[in-house]
Amino acid sequence: MQLALFWTFSILMLVFALGVVFLRNPVSCAMSLVMTFVALAAVFVTLDAFFIAVVQVLVYAGAVMVLFLFIIMLLDLRSEKQRKVRPSAWLGGGLVIGGFVAAISQVVAAWPALHQSKPELADPSFNDVSGVGFTLFLNYNLPFQIIGVLLLVATVGVVLLSRKELK
Amino acid sequence: MPTLAHYLIVSGLLFSLGLAGVLLRRNILIIFMGLELMLNAANLSLVAFSRFNLLPNGLPNYNGQVFVFFIITVAAAEVAVGLAIIVALFRAKQTTHVEDLNTLKF
Repeated sequence: MQLALFWTFSILMLVFALGVVFLRNPVSCAMSLVMTFVALAAVFVTLDAFFIAVVQVLVYAGAVMVLFLFIIMLLDLRSEKQRKVRPSAWLGGGLVIGGFVAAISQVVAAWPALHQSKPELADPSFNDVSGVGFTLFLNYNLPFQIIGVLLLVATVGVVLLSRKELK
Repeated sequence: MPTLAHYLIVSGLLFSLGLAGVLLRRNILIIFMGLELMLNAANLSLVAFSRFNLLPNGLPNYNGQVFVFFIITVAAAEVAVGLAIIVALFRAKQTTHVEDLNTLKF
């Protein structure tokens, strides 16, 4: 059952990611990316990471993709016109990606510790939000404060970048 | 039962799809979407490692999930700034095709 759920959501996620890469219309790509994020959140749930799954849906599918769609609508993008594609570009890209997947597969196959099944949690009903919260605020408090400053800097930067030039 | 190898292979495939998007597409917004796919693949790896390497008290190692939390936050900030740059670029050049952005080309 767990294996079936994992494969369902992983295959769904990879199919939608293929849609992002190979569809022509930018809006279709954006919607495929939303579905990729939602499927990834489901894969997070199979890993018992419920807080991260909810944050993924809220932030990525809910905020980042809305921003993408706003910009696509603002710039009024049409489908990519088919410019002439150099076959050498496709070959180079395919080689890089094929090499990367081969390297990952070789490493994963040669490492026996990765082929054990999921260890049982000591307390399956443990609240993982409190676990993440304790770790975040006790051990990583300073990076958390710095992330707050980073968000402020990003907001100021976006406002600055969006100003029209004063004639 | 899915093993850690399953999760890592899926994460590697997702990363390679994001890489394909960055290398093969010509529209700068789709390239940006490929970037987000790569970040999400890394997030999947981190959460998988966090779940499969339990602490001595039997709970997941939450350091991985805290790292994912930070990555999601930084990626959201990066998308905001990146899209502001793309809009400014569009205002200057009226195009989103990367081959038209050749002012700095040697």
